[in-house]
Amino acid sequence: MKNKLIPFSIALIFIIIFIIFYKGLQDTNIYTPKIKINYEIPSASVELFDSNEIVNTLEIFNTDKFYLLNIWSSWCLPCRQEHSILMDLIKDDNLKVIGINYKDTKKNAKKFLKELGNPYDKIIFDNAGINAIEWGAYGVPESFLINKNKIIKKYIGPLSKESMEEIKLFIK
Amino acid sequence: MLPSVIGNYSLFLGLFFGLVLIYFSAKNFRNSKVLDTKILSFTFLQFFLVVISFLCLVLSFAVSDFSNETVFNNSHTTKPIFYKIAGTWGNHEGSLLLWLLVLTLFILIFLVRTKSQPVKYRVLTLVFQQIIIIGFFLFLIKTSNPFNHIYPIPTEGLGLNPILQDPALAIHPPILYLGYVGSSIIFSSVLAATTLNIVSKKWASHIKKWVLSSWIFLTLGILLGSIWAYYELGWGGFWFWDPVENVSLMPWLALTTLLHCILVLEKKLILTSWVIILSISTFVLSMSGTFLVRSGILNSVHTFANDPERGLFILIFLFSLIFLSLFIFFFFHKTNKNNLSSFFWLSKETAIIVNNWFMMYFLSVVLIGTVYPIFLDVISSQKISVGPPFYHKLIIPFLIPFLLIMAIGPKLKWIKSNLDDKIYLISLLIISILLSILIVKNFSSNFLINTILISSALYLFFITLRDFFNKGFKNLAQNMAHFGFSLLILSILFNSLFSSEIITNLKVGETFQNTKAKIVFESISQKEEKNYRSIIGNFIVQDSKGKIENLSPELRIYNQPNIATSEADIKTTLLSDKFIVINIVQNQDFFNVRYQVKPFMLWIWLSVILISFGGLVSFVKKEYEK
Amino acid sequence: MKILKLFLIIFFIFPINNLKADNEILKNKITKNLRCLICQGQSVYDSDSEFANSLKIVVDNKIDEGLSEKQIYSYFQSKYGEWILYDPLFNKNTYFLWLLPLLIFFVGGAIIFNKFIKKQK
Repeated sequence: MKNKLIPFSIALIFIIIFIIFYKGLQDTNIYTPKIKINYEIPSASVELFDSNEIVNTLEIFNTDKFYLLNIWSSWCLPCRQEHSILMDLIKDDNLKVIGINYKDTKKNAKKFLKELGNPYDKIIFDNAGINAIEWGAYGVPESFLINKNKIIKKYIGPLSKESMEEIKLFIK
Repeated sequence: MLPSVIGNYSLFLGLFFGLVLIYFSAKNFRNSKVLDTKILSFTFLQFFLVVISFLCLVLSFAVSDFSNETVFNNSHTTKPIFYKIAGTWGNHEGSLLLWLLVLTLFILIFLVRTKSQPVKYRVLTLVFQQIIIIGFFLFLIKTSNPFNHIYPIPTEGLGLNPILQDPALAIHPPILYLGYVGSSIIFSSVLAATTLNIVSKKWASHIKKWVLSSWIFLTLGILLGSIWAYYELGWGGFWFWDPVENVSLMPWLALTTLLHCILVLEKKLILTSWVIILSISTFVLSMSGTFLVRSGILNSVHTFANDPERGLFILIFLFSLIFLSLFIFFFFHKTNKNNLSSFFWLSKETAIIVNNWFMMYFLSVVLIGTVYPIFLDVISSQKISVGPPFYHKLIIPFLIPFLLIMAIGPKLKWIKSNLDDKIYLISLLIISILLSILIVKNFSSNFLINTILISSALYLFFITLRDFFNKGFKNLAQNMAHFGFSLLILSILFNSLFSSEIITNLKVGETFQNTKAKIVFESISQKEEKNYRSIIGNFIVQDSKGKIENLSPELRIYNQPNIATSEADIKTTLLSDKFIVINIVQNQDFFNVRYQVKPFMLWIWLSVILISFGGLVSFVKKEYEK
Repeated sequence: MKILKLFLIIFFIFPINNLKADNEILKNKITKNLRCLICQGQSVYDSDSEFANSLKIVVDNKIDEGLSEKQIYSYFQSKYGEWILYDPLFNKNTYFLWLLPLLIFFVGGAIIFNKFIKKQK
């Protein structure tokens, strides 16, 4: 009987490995890490676009309203696409849109906003891109839905119609 | 178009012949006459059909026949003709056709070259190989057909990724496949030999050349991949422990271990179980590699395809082969009980067993490192990365005793050894240690580990060098390969210790200077080629000794797909490489410049060539023996 | 046995070797260990993407603030998850990762040793 133990246990090990690989194939293969939700917003010093003032992020998000933090730049093509959605969202009083202008020049950013409209209540000037990292972002565009100093939802990539509907439901 | 139709039907016909071959093999199991006439002809025909299919695809690429979906996805009219043709195997479907080409070629050569072997053995090898071949035909036809039509016919293709448009990359897949697809023959023949219980000294002697040829090609194939990464990817590195690289290293480790075991089995009837297990494992690892890289389950620099349907097929195919092998091994293989009782602990047999031990450890490190993130993700949805630090930490400490044993091992005699010239061996060890302390003493970081590592590598270096002079041609192949390995380790160590880098931002006309080098950003020029435009930065670099070089890195913007790549300019000399890359910085008028001095790069390549040369010498010697 | 002890000593010295070095060398060390998350298998050190460049600036800032290497890794881990570190941490997720190869080595050694002891008898 002992002689049979080794072949059977080896066969069993391979069966388990097979099952794990099989399951692995079912999952999506894009390595997006767990999108943490319901965690605190970072506290950091940021420079405001218009006034060049240095403020703390906690001061920006300090009311009970909903905030959509949107990371954008003038050189980012998908940002153009989602811009109309942002312009639509600000129609609701419950929501304020705050922008992080990512790795951009003020000149190009202003041109962009002049052309497509300015939905931003405030804009954080992130020339070096380090503020975006504070928020755990990868690049542009990304958006964070915030309420009571907590991040409720994170959107990677340009906002879609579905995302817009979802946000509208949240802010009721 | 016509080539696509012919190519497609050739595939179906090839599959049909696979089934025919199995039928005739089963029917005429002992009949050598039928084997050497009918069966041989069918095998040849099958190979010929695959060649036709392959050539049809090449033709479709060469003339940019965009009615073929594969050509459309991977080619473009403005690509230079050399890359149009090489693009045939630079994609998933085409590379599978290359698999089939090597699979059918090797079984054909096997049947032709083994006329002196037992008939049953040859037929059974054919049967096992056909199982693999038929599996691949099915895979190709069902999930990855290179001859799919698209209608309406597009006027232009999507183009080939520019980083694949490189000469090294053109020959890297064929050579690599000759290596690891070639190991299929070892797999099939070991299964046949086990079933017939003829795994013996004679069999080892016969299979040795197949192991050697697969090994030589695999070594060179991996080398080419590293060379391509170094020249093309622009980061100055040659090995990243990227999953696709690991996936080619694993069969190599198994194959190298197998080679050593075969060398023993040739002389004495021991380690038969190891030989069987390693022969099976090499090919299984090759196929697992194919699975990992093509199914989309892993994320890496050069994953081919992200298609779970394909992944599922390979997974099932692979595990069928594994279970088949397990069954044959446990059912048919009778272990020789006398195995280990006939030699002393200080002997060549022990050295080979110790080699197996270490190599299997290294293999397990690479395997576990590569596959663990998948397991963790499936079991607990956690995503982690396993990168170079992991492999370095687990491999380097063990490399030290490994190098020392590699130096002493070959000196041991069979059965029992007294270790002559002990004094010589110890004195060389002391010299190695002193020398390496001298080399490393200026570097404060990791002093201990580097000294010990370099000492062991130097020791192997001196021992094998001395053996060249003492023993002459007696063990030339082994000496060359081991010497080459010591040179490889030394080159890698010196390269990592003595490399230096300057990263700075420069505008045109500006100069950077420090104690090590002076970099002058002279000018910018532009160039327009067939399928890309480029901006060339012209630099004059002066090193600390006053030597001046002109370096011209490029930024290329390809038309289709619209990708920008950075092409390094590398000046190679015997002692070191000078390496420079430029990159655009978003929204700024200066460039980011990276200048590296990388010593001994050339020696890294040369030492691997030397290792394969050792294999070639052994192959030729065997040929001569006949 | 002596060889084994030497082994273990070297093995444990190796990762603890965190000498205080130049800021530049430290920065390079850290960025080589961080994964560029938008690239396909490149470290932040090797990559020139926007993300990588911003990350390098953040690393610089954190070093200037006086954070230790471990603290910097912690910081990035809190933002992006364990995935961003190339050197896997040694925690309950990775016991098998680090220990399984070593286990295989020692078991292999034990089997070989055993066979020889049996033989001598």
